[in-house]
Amino acid sequence: MNGFGNVSGARGLTALSGSESPPSPGSEPGTVDMMVNMGPQHPATHGVFRMELRVDGERVLDLVPHIGYLHRGSEKLCEHELYSQIITLFDRLDYVSNFNNELVLVTAVEKLMSVEPPPRAELIRIIMCEFNRIASHLLFYGTFAIDMGAMTPVLYNFRDREKVQALFESVSGARMMHNYFRVGGVKQDVDADFAARALTLCDDLERGVDDSDRLLSENAIFIERTSGIGVISGEAALDWGLSGPVLRASGVPYDVRVEEPYSRYAELDFGVPVGSAGDCWDRFYVRILEARESIGIIRQAIALMEPGETMARVRQIARPPAGEVYAHCENPRGDLGVYIVSDGGERPYRLKVRPPSFCNLQALRDLTVGHYIADAVVILGTLDIVLGEVDR
Amino acid sequence: MSAVDVLIAFAGLLGLFTGLAVAVLSLTWMERKTLARIQQRAGPSVVGPHGLLQPVADAMKLATKEDIIPAYADQLLFWAAPLFVVVPAFLIWVAIPFGDGLSVRVLDLGLLYLVAISGIGVVGLLMGGWASSSRYSMLGGLRAAAQLVSYEIPLVVVILSIAVLVQSLSLDAVIGGNTITVGENTRELQGQGSIPFAFVMPLGFVIFFIAGLAELGRTPFDIHHAESEVVGGPFVEYSGAHWAVFFLGEYLNTFVISALIVILFFGGWSWPSPPESVFGTGLSDATTNLLGGAWFLFKTYIVVAVIFWIRGTYPRLRIDQLMSFAWQVLVPLSFANLVLIAAVLFYDWPLWVMTLLSLPILFGAAFGVQRRRGVRGRPRTVRVLRKSAGEIGRPVFSGGKPGPGGVITTPSQAGD
Amino acid sequence: MTQTDPPSSENFPPGESDDGAAARAPRHEPETPQAAVALSHEGEALALALPDALAIYGVDVGAAIDEVVCRVPVDHVVEVCRQLKDEPGFAFDYLRLLTVVDYVEQDGEFEVVYHLYSLGNHHKMMLKARTPEGRPSVPSVTGVWRGADWYEREMHDLFGVDFPGHPNLVPLVLPDDFEGYPGRKSYPLNDYEEW
Repeated sequence: MNGFGNVSGARGLTALSGSESPPSPGSEPGTVDMMVNMGPQHPATHGVFRMELRVDGERVLDLVPHIGYLHRGSEKLCEHELYSQIITLFDRLDYVSNFNNELVLVTAVEKLMSVEPPPRAELIRIIMCEFNRIASHLLFYGTFAIDMGAMTPVLYNFRDREKVQALFESVSGARMMHNYFRVGGVKQDVDADFAARALTLCDDLERGVDDSDRLLSENAIFIERTSGIGVISGEAALDWGLSGPVLRASGVPYDVRVEEPYSRYAELDFGVPVGSAGDCWDRFYVRILEARESIGIIRQAIALMEPGETMARVRQIARPPAGEVYAHCENPRGDLGVYIVSDGGERPYRLKVRPPSFCNLQALRDLTVGHYIADAVVILGTLDIVLGEVDR
Repeated sequence: MSAVDVLIAFAGLLGLFTGLAVAVLSLTWMERKTLARIQQRAGPSVVGPHGLLQPVADAMKLATKEDIIPAYADQLLFWAAPLFVVVPAFLIWVAIPFGDGLSVRVLDLGLLYLVAISGIGVVGLLMGGWASSSRYSMLGGLRAAAQLVSYEIPLVVVILSIAVLVQSLSLDAVIGGNTITVGENTRELQGQGSIPFAFVMPLGFVIFFIAGLAELGRTPFDIHHAESEVVGGPFVEYSGAHWAVFFLGEYLNTFVISALIVILFFGGWSWPSPPESVFGTGLSDATTNLLGGAWFLFKTYIVVAVIFWIRGTYPRLRIDQLMSFAWQVLVPLSFANLVLIAAVLFYDWPLWVMTLLSLPILFGAAFGVQRRRGVRGRPRTVRVLRKSAGEIGRPVFSGGKPGPGGVITTPSQAGD
Repeated sequence: MTQTDPPSSENFPPGESDDGAAARAPRHEPETPQAAVALSHEGEALALALPDALAIYGVDVGAAIDEVVCRVPVDHVVEVCRQLKDEPGFAFDYLRLLTVVDYVEQDGEFEVVYHLYSLGNHHKMMLKARTPEGRPSVPSVTGVWRGADWYEREMHDLFGVDFPGHPNLVPLVLPDDFEGYPGRKSYPLNDYEEW
């Protein structure tokens, strides 16, 4: 035996917990609330997120989220790097939608420096970001299905996501941490056959999104698990500072691409899916429709592309003027912003990221309390957090 | 009982155990291959041809892996729990007929024996869940207890309906039919040689299949070892050989439920035609039994494949949905099935009346489940606001002047 | 360790060169280029409306690139925020970002920056408040926007700024027993030698 003596299961459970209050002596044998610790190593927490659940049987009475297991001090690191080096740090924030992160940073620095990237570079950026949005959403459908016990969709989605990443690799040289956008443009022009490849990929992705749609959203169990679960009203969502699909599912039509159009989004026509119920189903389905809109954006952007420069004339080492700027873009997870205070040097004086996952995660407790443990997992899934961005 | 009988019984058990161990290995391979094909993967393909030796490699790995017992575990229960799962799963096979009278022990009360033994498995899960001294295990164990006890009822009532139909608790009678004598009257009760019971009582078959899936804890009822919630439930603290024994029990149970479906509803070895009528009566008994057994196993594997197919397709139910489905839908329906079959036999109606009566109930229930639970296709709550249609986006600033208190006179569209 | 030269005190604060700040002495050396200010129509309207509406709090309205910047005394942060949120002309219902900037080396102060946005009126602004280095403390705005909750906890972790009124100001991103405030400029990036 193992030398710890024979501790019974019941005593073990009590000994492991600090906060359970035993029934008072002399009273009827009652029930005690149980603390369940989910994470940081739990298959459904999408990384190193930890939540402490206080449950009564299967019912969640309270939830305390704990983050910070992936805190790397990115913002502090940024203060010590050249602007061109920060791009690589931004790749590692939301590591499933790297291009979107890079775009925020270069937009902010360009705004600070009043630099206009050439039109071709802007279109390449838009195409890359929208592909990245689709790839990120594909990953969401799959992992969300896994949270709910359906293990098949994720493999179909990875099939399609691989194709997107193959395109990314051919354009930027890397599958994930691209470091492709530059202040004033992009690193290099795309290949001659890029437009044809991208259009083929659009068709593939359209089928891929349809696959996910058919696999999941017609399924009665799936609908039953998501519909009416984790409802948040539009007012509450705004109050919490939610953004992206989570906010739009609650009926607030806030999309940075139309609210404060950046890059060349003003020229493109697209729809913004907006829910009305604010439940898990809406958060899921908004993302399905959003991926379809992104395919439309890519097709329009490819049609607009003309040969030309891909890099504006800027210093190799950017030296923006003194000032402060807030720029933000619509990330797959929401409104990713960056606030840069520049003192006129080659490195930012202060850089602060507005992380959408971080804000969305705040609402988790309100969304979850009163539901079942299984719903907690589903609700966390629909918030679609990436811990690299939550913790930074 | 002579020494020879004991020896024969012992040899039978040994053969059964070996056969079942091989069957479980084949099932693990089959599950991985089936799922892989559904998911556009190759599945096991490195160890042996088509990965056929993968289960053997896995078994060796599990047997040699360190067997960790958590410090806070209740050691006795922790050790014993896997046995409570695997031994009943194995014992059930003692009564299963592979051919005409071909089982390790022909039991006149075979159906009763099945029901009695299969109820023990839940104790093992509960013990494992409790003894592991982990919250996940405990939740999983309690989930298992609630789920298995609830679904036991429709399962047993359907088995009871079968017993009523053949007026016997013997598994051989379920397949081969029965003759009963009440006073002066002798009555021939049909077995499944010509019409399997799945067609006689489709309602019972569907209930049995669903409840069987739930008894196994397989998708969509795998809530007690839901990986994304309770991370494996009662098994979460188990490793090495102990875990392997649990695993063995799970697959044996899968095999048992499939075999029961074949025996109770698809005529076991006999339907659509027993070996004698295909190959003539010239064959030796041993060959006939072998052919019957092979046919029976083949059908069982088909049912297993369907179970794997469901696993690759469906998400998981939540515990309250699972329980309400058992108590509000399956239990009443199973009793309806029992009453129907009793009425049909009492009034001596032909058996197709049972089919006719069952089908409307079955479809009505399916329709009712869809309606009552508010699932009428996907919710239509999301709409796309088009930019070109002016449904979304900030309004163009119309040059309005700031009013009192800084009110800027632009038509506001956004907001909620 | 490479680090940018700290800006001289005259260099600070960056970014405010006209509008409300125009009356003050130039805060930057002439050779440091400043980012150009270009407010949108909504921004200009807001910049005109803010000083009147918030006059009793002694606010100071300026601009940075495309955003209106409003400085408030630290004691009035909550009142100003509530008014900015509730008054229909402003209706800043969305707290985009809350952060702290370390100006200890220049002014011995921390600056808390609130980035606000109004979904109804489509205008945005930065609200700034300064708090001295010794016991940095800014009233919590969690009562105004609940979304400020984690931002304030994070800033409490990284900068040691206290937010009285916050319901649960416990460490968020750092371990419970972490010592020091790693966001501050005075905290070294590495405290180990390369080997």
